[in-house]
Amino acid sequence: MAAVEVATQTMSYRDAISKVLSEEIEANPDVFIMGEDIGRYQGTFRVTQGMFDKYGEKRIIDTPITEAGFTGIAIGAAMAGLRPVVEMMTMSFSILAMDQIINHAAKIHYMTGGQAKCPLVIRGPGGAAKQLSAQHTHCLEGWYAHAPGLKVVAPATAIDAYGMLRQAIRDDNPVIFTENPGLYTVMGEVPDNREFVVPFGKANILREGTDVSLVGYSRMTQINLAAAEKLSEQGISAEVVDVRSLSPLDMTTINASVAKTHRAVVVYEDWKFGGFGGEIASRIAEESFDDLDAPVVRCGGLNVPTPYARNLELECIPDVDDVIAAVQKLG
Amino acid sequence: MAKAKLEEIESPAMLEEFYRQMLFIRRFEEKCNVAYRLGKIGGYMHTYVGMEATAVGIHHAIKPTYDYMITAYRDHPQPLLLGTDPVKVMAEIMGRSDGMSRGKGGSMHVYDIERGFYGGWGIVGGHIPIGGGLAFASKYRNEDRVTICLLGDGAANQGVVFETMNMAALWDLPIIFCIENNEFAMGTRLEYHAADTELYKRGEPFGIKSERIDGMDVLSFHKDMQRIVDWTRENQKPYWVEIMNYRFNGHGAADNDRELYRTKAEESEAMKRDPIARLEEIMLKRNVMTREKMEAIDEELTDQVEAIYEQADASPFPDASEVYDNVYTDMEPEKGH
Repeated sequence: MAAVEVATQTMSYRDAISKVLSEEIEANPDVFIMGEDIGRYQGTFRVTQGMFDKYGEKRIIDTPITEAGFTGIAIGAAMAGLRPVVEMMTMSFSILAMDQIINHAAKIHYMTGGQAKCPLVIRGPGGAAKQLSAQHTHCLEGWYAHAPGLKVVAPATAIDAYGMLRQAIRDDNPVIFTENPGLYTVMGEVPDNREFVVPFGKANILREGTDVSLVGYSRMTQINLAAAEKLSEQGISAEVVDVRSLSPLDMTTINASVAKTHRAVVVYEDWKFGGFGGEIASRIAEESFDDLDAPVVRCGGLNVPTPYARNLELECIPDVDDVIAAVQKLG
Repeated sequence: MAKAKLEEIESPAMLEEFYRQMLFIRRFEEKCNVAYRLGKIGGYMHTYVGMEATAVGIHHAIKPTYDYMITAYRDHPQPLLLGTDPVKVMAEIMGRSDGMSRGKGGSMHVYDIERGFYGGWGIVGGHIPIGGGLAFASKYRNEDRVTICLLGDGAANQGVVFETMNMAALWDLPIIFCIENNEFAMGTRLEYHAADTELYKRGEPFGIKSERIDGMDVLSFHKDMQRIVDWTRENQKPYWVEIMNYRFNGHGAADNDRELYRTKAEESEAMKRDPIARLEEIMLKRNVMTREKMEAIDEELTDQVEAIYEQADASPFPDASEVYDNVYTDMEPEKGH
């Protein structure tokens, strides 16, 4: 750990997001938040709780339920120099705004030959919570990371949520900041520093190990940490690589880990087939082939729409036992 | 190009200015059509031939380069009027390195952000909420800009238009939705694509001031637009305008069989509304300009466009190394095949 002493506060992932949103609203008059029920209703996941009363309707904007429309308005406002933060009630709803995000926001800087910028943040929960069924539980980070022009991040800890959201708001490019309902109550130490940022494109080793690299992001990093703990009881030393940033992607750190452990399991909550974990796995295979003692294994969500029944839902999401089973496949 | 003050509109100098601007757009667009057929321009290209009065009338009603403007892919005339270097516009259309976007945008994606021209978009209706965002930004900053958001009659059916109208009315955004109703959504006639062909009525349910105006007579159109722009600037609220015009060319340069959706007789009838010919008649009647002078101006503008084309054609294609430029402001994307 760094030797520098910095005052920290213990808080939840949710509060860390709320804290940085408030701080950036206070720091820059161009920053505003818009989304469904974020103001008077205090936010569906309570991330913006209290902000409407504190900052008023100019900065905390309740929108109609029209994702494409208000995302487009945010894009136009960003092109004109403001710094909108759009909350998607869940990332699943951002599919309605996909044309605005992919066909417009992601391409503006390129199509204008650099004349225009789009400093926009789209944030919200992606992934399963408890029995939200099939239409509120998409993990879309892979879809977005597929599109050049977007930056896509998926922090797993309170400190990263805090530092990466500030980076996202200050970034001149459109950023997809994906949270996970299962992370909001995860506690962590957050620095008391209004300039603290976590730069994009830097993966983080959260636990060192020598036998296998567990590569993941967002909530799956928490699963990987728990799996590593359990694996250690079996005498297997797992290294946990928290990818944090999908685009840009830090293959240097991932490859260095594989060079040490010679085995990799890529864990992601999204549908296993065609998901972002496949991109990481293929990159490891291409770039670290000589270091590998076993094929790279993916451990992803089941390829089904998320079912309602709790037992079926739990079946779909990779858990500690699934990760351990994937590690054991490596022999 | 200069902007008319209201009291000067009917002056001979202003009539000449309107005439020159409309004719310049037409000759520019015709040159684009020729260049397209020669293979100098590729992809999709949509010209403004027949609709010139709309662009010119709007230009003289706004505060050029201060007010915001955004449109779809019929986007050549707006930057030309705003004073964008026409060589850079032509070079962009030709995919050259001297283009406004250094060849990354093409005909459908012309921008001049410094002059308040925000493109230049290819998804029908997709730019409309972005126009709402421009108006949102000026309102947020307490400026008195207005945003001109041009859209076609085809785009008027996209869901996102209604979403934007709702928010524009809800939040009092100073945006003027200008439907350029040229009667066709690509190759589909208005009565085959709109449940009610009186598109101006669509503003009313949102409480947005709405009207339908003639976009083929540059003088009356300009006066109408001036009134609408002034109202919007003063009241800081949206306006929904249906501008009746007609495109003489096909939807795009690749649309070479217009008889699939309209007859030659209909086109001939529409040509009688030609905004340039109409202004010529007015100027002749008022003894403002002789036919000889008109011909001389035409020759001058035709030469000017020719020179613009030659200069643009002399511009090199962008270097292959530029392909990764401007994906992001501060980094490069993943590289290689």
